Amino acid sequence: MTASTSFLHGAARVAGRNLTVWRRYAAASALGNFGEPLLYLIALGYGLGRVVPPIDGLSYAEFLAPALIVSTVMYTATFEGTFGAYTRLTTQGTFEAILATPVTISEIVTGEILWGGLKSAFGATVVLVVVRAFGLVPSWLALGVLPLGFLAGAMFYAMALCMTALSKSYEFFNYYFTLLVAPMYLFSGVFFPLEGAPPWAHRLAQVLPLTHVVAVSRALVRGQPSWHTVGHAAVVLGCAAAAMALAARLLRRRLQI
Amino acid sequence: MSPVVEACALEKRYADFVAVAGIDFQIAPGECFGFLGPNGAGKTSTMRMLQSVSLPSAGTLRVLGMDPRHDGKRIRTRLGVCPQADNLDPDLPVIDNLLVYGSYFPQARAVTARRADELLEFVALGDKKNHAIPELSGGMKRRLVIARALINEPELLLLDEPTTGLDPQARHLIWTKLRELRARGVTMVLTTHYMDEAERLCDRLVIMDGGKILAQDSPRALIDAHVGQEVFELGASAAEARDFLAGLDLCGASHEHTGDLLAVFLSAKHQLSERLIERARGAGSRYLLRNATLEDVFLKLTGRELDE
Repeated sequence: MTASTSFLHGAARVAGRNLTVWRRYAAASALGNFGEPLLYLIALGYGLGRVVPPIDGLSYAEFLAPALIVSTVMYTATFEGTFGAYTRLTTQGTFEAILATPVTISEIVTGEILWGGLKSAFGATVVLVVVRAFGLVPSWLALGVLPLGFLAGAMFYAMALCMTALSKSYEFFNYYFTLLVAPMYLFSGVFFPLEGAPPWAHRLAQVLPLTHVVAVSRALVRGQPSWHTVGHAAVVLGCAAAAMALAARLLRRRLQI
Repeated sequence: MSPVVEACALEKRYADFVAVAGIDFQIAPGECFGFLGPNGAGKTSTMRMLQSVSLPSAGTLRVLGMDPRHDGKRIRTRLGVCPQADNLDPDLPVIDNLLVYGSYFPQARAVTARRADELLEFVALGDKKNHAIPELSGGMKRRLVIARALINEPELLLLDEPTTGLDPQARHLIWTKLRELRARGVTMVLTTHYMDEAERLCDRLVIMDGGKILAQDSPRALIDAHVGQEVFELGASAAEARDFLAGLDLCGASHEHTGDLLAVFLSAKHQLSERLIERARGAGSRYLLRNATLEDVFLKLTGRELDE
């Protein structure tokens, strides 16, 4: 047994460890993914939606549904990448235990981000099933939100991992949630169309990664992709790559004492 | 046979302090080698370098014939690590702790599963397979950590304070297991604060302080060289100790006074013990004649004062 493991083997085993743990809580996890968007859909889509005029010919529930899929992705990845990963980094010493094996820091970071993508794609699938049940998914292209969920999940997870690498306590994450995650949720075109907003608000929304994820999701679910969609997808891909590189750098610094 | 570990002028520097200040040692195959020293002596830093996780700042280090700077991954494939803090996976039951950890090594799943069962028997946790980690006692957790460190059949086992915080029964069980491993030819490196542990387990050891090695030998040889065979202790203030020693020919035996205790370090050649006891009885003082231990060596070399 002198052979050493490959990079992908190491990353896959780190993701596999999290999957093994998650399987034990899968039901609770799925309920969270299922319940919250369902409540939002009923309260906002159908409750508030009764008094909201059609947006680009869509009912408010139809407008909201594709965005709920990816806002779930953002929250799933962000919670796992902050509280989950921070627990593995600090109190549980999971990463330190793994570093005593042939698995390297880069493999841990890659495996963690892989896991963030997978868990998010699962969340996207659950919400897709829910909104489909309400008849809000007109196109088969909507299946594209699964790879989108994976990619966006990996991006949000990597962003969260950067915070985790910098954090000294759980309280630190309040800054991230209040200053970035919540504004993203509210101002990325999830709840209202960005078209027609004041130009400064429109420009501001463009720097929020979720804006581009929402745009791609809406185009896929409605079955109306365009060159704009490709542009938005490219932005997501670029942000994901940048966040992963930064996360790897910060976590390496944190772990290599 | 070539050494399992070879360190030459090994150093570890951090931004603001020197943890290991140039140490030399060699560990032979099948040997149990100990690192003793007060907190901050550089033991854990040395262990982390052996583990090939933290890289040397200067000097050379070879582990299993390889250089940690380039072959960390391959070294760790053949290494077992029992860390100081229990970092078992509380999210997983006992058996999964071994299976998941084993999956990080390049070995077939069936091999890991078979070894996991054998190792749970070995550390007497065979009936705890599906228990949750928080349900285990401190001693059980430590045994599980040792089992986990053995999942890849390591050639070199690193144990960082393997019995700290355990009750006597738990410590003795772990010592038994470690002696069994030594008998099987597993090379072991351990750090400890417990001198009795080092005396029982280590073939050779080094005493470290301030990042340097102060002495290096077998426990017996260290005791003989630095202390002698016996220690005579007398409860006495500084003035009382002076009176006690006045007019006494110590035949070259060394003595030391700290706090309210006078210690005289004796070898057979001194033939002093009877005279000392007689004198203590005459003065009505509390005294104790006991065998010299590694702890005497340790305190003599690293000083009695708390250095924190």
